[in-house]
This record gives sequence, structure tokens and C-alpha cells, in this order.
Amino acid sequence: MRLPQPCGPLSEGVVETLRARPQGLHAVPEPRAMGDVTYPLTDRDLQLALWVLYELHYRGFDDVDDPRAEWDPLLMVSRAALERTFEHAVRELVGATPQDAPALEDLGDTPAEQVTAALVRMTARSGPSEVAQFLHRRATRQEFCSYLAERAVHHLRESDPQSFVLPRIGGAAKVALAELQYDEYGGGRPDRLHQALFARGLASLDLPTDLASYVEQATGATLASVNLMSLFALNRRLRGAAMGHLAAFEATSSLPCDRILRGARRLRLPEEVADYYDEHVEADAVHEQLAIRGICAALVADEPELAPDVVFGATACLAVDGLAGQVLLDGWRARREDRAAG
Amino acid sequence: MSKRRVVVTECPGGPLLVRGADEVVGVDGTAAPVERAVVAVCRCGRSDRLPWCDDSHRDRRRKRSP
Ligand code: FES
Repeated sequence: MRLPQPCGPLSEGVVETLRARPQGLHAVPEPRAMGDVTYPLTDRDLQLALWVLYELHYRGFDDVDDPRAEWDPLLMVSRAALERTFEHAVRELVGATPQDAPALEDLGDTPAEQVTAALVRMTARSGPSEVAQFLHRRATRQEFCSYLAERAVHHLRESDPQSFVLPRIGGAAKVALAELQYDEYGGGRPDRLHQALFARGLASLDLPTDLASYVEQATGATLASVNLMSLFALNRRLRGAAMGHLAAFEATSSLPCDRILRGARRLRLPEEVADYYDEHVEADAVHEQLAIRGICAALVADEPELAPDVVFGATACLAVDGLAGQVLLDGWRARREDRAAG
Repeated sequence: MSKRRVVVTECPGGPLLVRGADEVVGVDGTAAPVERAVVAVCRCGRSDRLPWCDDSHRDRRRKRSP
């Protein structure tokens, strides 16, 4: 994969620095550039800069010559500055989310019971999202493909962030996370690797299967939803949030996948597209139980002080992914209105 | 090699998690092969993919589809 096209001063600083290494330009974002960011959660420049820095820890870029860039102290300083702005915005959004839930202490006797009840409660009312309903009944083939393209940034790296958490937790929670990841990674069968299933769906529509093409067009909000997982998974202090995020994600996935599957069938898209969503209806019904009861409950039984972080991570997942979904819906609506007017 | 264990875990308000089984026989007598390390077997009867749970147990309004 090659470095993406920067789209503002922050991503330009990071991309230029990576290109220029090892001569080593100074990549720390200028305070002025950070000051220009009005809403970090949809700011494409900030999110792209952060995404590039995170990608150094996954598969990296072919046009970054210096393999040591991953742990370059100046780039770390950059990442920390971007992460601070990002995390602050996520905490503000979570704080502004109406909480009708009782306090954790009132939800059960032990931290494990409390966290289980909070996660079940929080995800219980979520049916299929508005995006899934749109794809099910209304989307055109083109709109459906634009959805796949937008989500490719997530699905082509699906489950990788959470693997970073395995060495950071212990006991039953570690075992349950390994069990969940084993399933995500194909259950011993390379052809069932979930990332590969998604790539096959893209290929069946003659869409590119490389991540770089999709990063170039992804919105700031989509990059934020992906970056959120890396933020939680790559910072050990946020391991509780990483697992809460996973639980909320899995618990709100089966029903939407079922709708998207029906949408794919309605549009008579190739079976490879349907196959991905078909796999996820059943898989995510299992993963939801593993994530809530196996991972999160066991984690807080082991480390009770992580209980609020688990709930924070779950709330952040729903809020940030909700925002990304809204941006998608608004885009489809605007394009339909344009067409109607034109 | 140790004897393989089959473990069934109840999830309150949701499915049974089953580890180590080879097949699950549905009410109509058809045996569904177990193709993943852990499977969720529906207990509420609302799933469209019986015998597997498809998360329909969440939706209290939804009627069981025949
Ligand atoms: S128990 Fe989940 S659908 Fe029936």
C-alpha cells in the first residue's frame, strides 16, 4: 500500500515526514493547525493523519523506506498530540449522549454483573440501524456499492485492532477474546478469514480490493470510527474501553447484517457479497455473547477498576459509529436531492 | 489426547453457547452440522435460522416467522 494523498496541514505534515525520512522533518502538528480543527470527529485531515500513523503499526506503506518509522520518537509525539485532541472529542460526545441508565452500582452486586447489565441495556434497544434499513429496502446498486466502499476501510482490517489487546489482559477474558478472534480469523480456514470474505465481495463487483483506494475516499467520520478502535487497542490504559467497544459493536451487528443481506439479495448482487453478511448474522450472535459475558464480565471480575472504561468504550462505539452512519445517510440524501433538482 | 468435552453455557434472555458439539438436531429432526468452535443455539424460537440464534431474541415486538 502507498501513502494516501494528504488533505490538509496535519495529514500533509505526517505524509511529508514519512516520505522524507530518514532525513527527518519535524512532524509535530503545529498548534495553529490543530487550532483550525473545529470538530475532530469529522475532520478528515486530522483523522487521516492519525490513520496513517496507526497504519505504521499494522501493515505499513510500501513508499515509507525506513522500517523504523513505526517507533520514531517524533512521530510518537505527533500521534500523542492528535490522539489527545481525538480522545477529548470522543469523551465530549459520550458526555453529551443522553444517559437514561442507572448508575453502575445499581445494576448488580458485582462489577461483572453491573457491566453485563449495562452492556445488555445499552445495546438492547438497537434494532437494525437506519443505514441497514436503507440498504435493505431503498438503496440503488450504486448506493449499496458506495456503502461497501466506505466500510471497506473497516472490513479490510477487521478484528486486527483487537488482537493488540490479547497480551494486555489475562485469564478468562484473554481466553474468550482468543476464541472470538479465532472465529474472526476464519476458524483455522484461510478461505473463511472475515477480511478475505469482504475482499471477495468487493472483487465480485469488480471493485478494488486494496485498502489504499478506499482510504482516499473515506469520510472523516468513517476514518474516526476506525481510528477509535486503534486508539483503544494501542493504548494499554484504554484496554477496558477497547473491550467495551468490541462488545457494543458485536451486539449491534447481527440484525443490521441480516438487513444488509436482504438488501444485497433484493439488488441481486453476487453471492460473494451476500456471503459476507450471511456469515456475520450467525457469527456476531455468538460474538455478542462472548464479548459481553466472556470478555467484559471476566475482565472486570479480574480488574474491577476497569468497569467505567468498559462502559465508556461501548458508549463511544455507539456514538461514533452512529455519527459515521449519519454522515453516510446525509450524503445519500443530498445526492438524491441533487439528482431530483438537476 | 484428552477426551473432548462438550460444554453448554446459558445466556440469560438469549441463546445457549455450545462448544465442542458435532451437530445440533432441530425440532424438525434435521441435523445442522456445527461449523465453528462455538455456536449459539436459539432458545426463544424467534430465529429465522433455527437452530441457530440470529439475535432476534432482542426484538420483543417481532413475531416468530413460520
Ligand atoms: S435466542 Fe437468539 S434468536 Fe432465539
